[in-house]
Amino acid sequence: MMLLSTRGLSKHFDGLQAVQDVDFDLPIGQVRALIGPNGAGKTTLVGMICGRIEPSEGRVFFDEVDITALPAHKRIMLGMAYTFQITSVFSRLPAAENVALAARRRLHGDKVDTAVKEALDQVGLLERMDQEAGDLSYGHQRLLEIAMGLVQKPRLLILDEPTQGLADSEITDFKNLIRELAGDTTILLIEHNMNVVMETADQVTVLNFGEVLAEGTPDEIHANAAVQAAYLGTG
Amino acid sequence: MSVTTKTIALHGGLLVLLFALQFVLPAYHHGNLARIMVLASYAVGYNILFGYTGLLSLGHALFFAAGMYGMSLTIQHLGFSAAPALLAGIAAGVVVSMALALLALRTAGVAFMIVTLMFAQAGYLTILYFGEYTRGDEGFVIQQAQRMLWGIDLSQPTNRYFAALSLFATCLLASLWLIRHPFGKTLVAIRENEERVRMLGYNTFAHKLGAMVISGTISAAAGASYGLLFGYAGASFASVQYSIFPLLWVLLGGAGTVLGPFIGTLFMFYLIDLSSGITTAYMLIAGVVLVLLTLFAPQGLTGELRARIWRWLP
Repeated sequence: MMLLSTRGLSKHFDGLQAVQDVDFDLPIGQVRALIGPNGAGKTTLVGMICGRIEPSEGRVFFDEVDITALPAHKRIMLGMAYTFQITSVFSRLPAAENVALAARRRLHGDKVDTAVKEALDQVGLLERMDQEAGDLSYGHQRLLEIAMGLVQKPRLLILDEPTQGLADSEITDFKNLIRELAGDTTILLIEHNMNVVMETADQVTVLNFGEVLAEGTPDEIHANAAVQAAYLGTG
Repeated sequence: MSVTTKTIALHGGLLVLLFALQFVLPAYHHGNLARIMVLASYAVGYNILFGYTGLLSLGHALFFAAGMYGMSLTIQHLGFSAAPALLAGIAAGVVVSMALALLALRTAGVAFMIVTLMFAQAGYLTILYFGEYTRGDEGFVIQQAQRMLWGIDLSQPTNRYFAALSLFATCLLASLWLIRHPFGKTLVAIRENEERVRMLGYNTFAHKLGAMVISGTISAAAGASYGLLFGYAGASFASVQYSIFPLLWVLLGGAGTVLGPFIGTLFMFYLIDLSSGITTAYMLIAGVVLVLLTLFAPQGLTGELRARIWRWLP
């Protein structure tokens, strides 16, 4: 069964066709990577899926229900979680309060505390829970973003370039985290780091100039000539 | 000591101090403090929208006046006694703030400031237009006989002081409770990063609407009490000046702190009071002090205290 589908999804900003006629299917439990060169329309596509950007045309289905008309906050309540590409934590609030804000959407009272500690522990930030988010290093802010996604216990976790700016050791931890989550949580991962994609994704979708260029297992994509051309140029 | 204990001790301590001061203050300062407590309640209401939610309204005089006229007009023309009139004032605040919120919250930033300012001006002009009932700028006096609340004469200084203290205590504790409640914490998050809050699944419009109605209602309660305690209702309380005052008090005292509105109102009141004793150009002294404060304590008095010493201050 498909958790998420799009049909004919398009977005143009005045003359610029950012995303064009994308049919996309994500089955329950899969880890899907969404890759493509800069400006391929990845963030726009994901923005339309989670309701940040209104599509010019096309429809979005979650759990096989048409959610195209739903505002973002209602989509989140259906079980989506979105972590921002550009770190968007509440910098003047403590790390724990950042995660608690995400947790309080589904939990109340003492359960919030427990869930917050668990999520911070998962990303290795437990001992920094009282620090202001703005005082954390960039890499730690990225991890805090991920903890805010995890604590929502989403059915679909959308991660927009989560490893950008992380140190190698943190990337290793991140890969382990995704593997732990895989199976329970459906994950849509926008990622530039091919190493992360190869090691974590079940399937890969390649976007180029707003269109789906290829789809397949990481190995198939790795060997795909069109993908190589898109990334490296046909020179 | 836990943060909760310290918070209760500090805010409870202030209320106990204000209670005790009633017995020792000379008549002049006694009257001043009653007035300050009512105006500080207005500032507490303003702070919920501006300090905690991050929405800068330039139209709060509309809510203050809605309370004042909702109370005084029902006394004057419908023959209400003080208690139902007070409720009518508060109800007027709920209705007016809800209506303005539904319109103004479609905008953000500077547009929000302009829309709130314009509606407040429209409210002010409406009061002048219906001068037959409101007596416009001149206003009207609420007679001593009309100021009896449950048999207590509110024109009598001691009663007035306790009424003002009750109002202030209610507003202060309500605001303290609110910001420790998940709803209030969400408001703070909206101030910090609204888009992120939306993407955590919160209906930010509904939260801002709630904040504006709470803020407007507290302001109206202050307006209604002011009229009742000091026996006068006039259009000047609906003028733009009364929208700027709470902004100034909150900025000086510390936006987004529970005690800030009181400290700011107290400071500003006595700044003008003392400087006018020195020179007729007292606004010059007040102005210089305000400039210095903005330069050296940009987070306001309580805000600086929090940034430097008491990190736990709510």
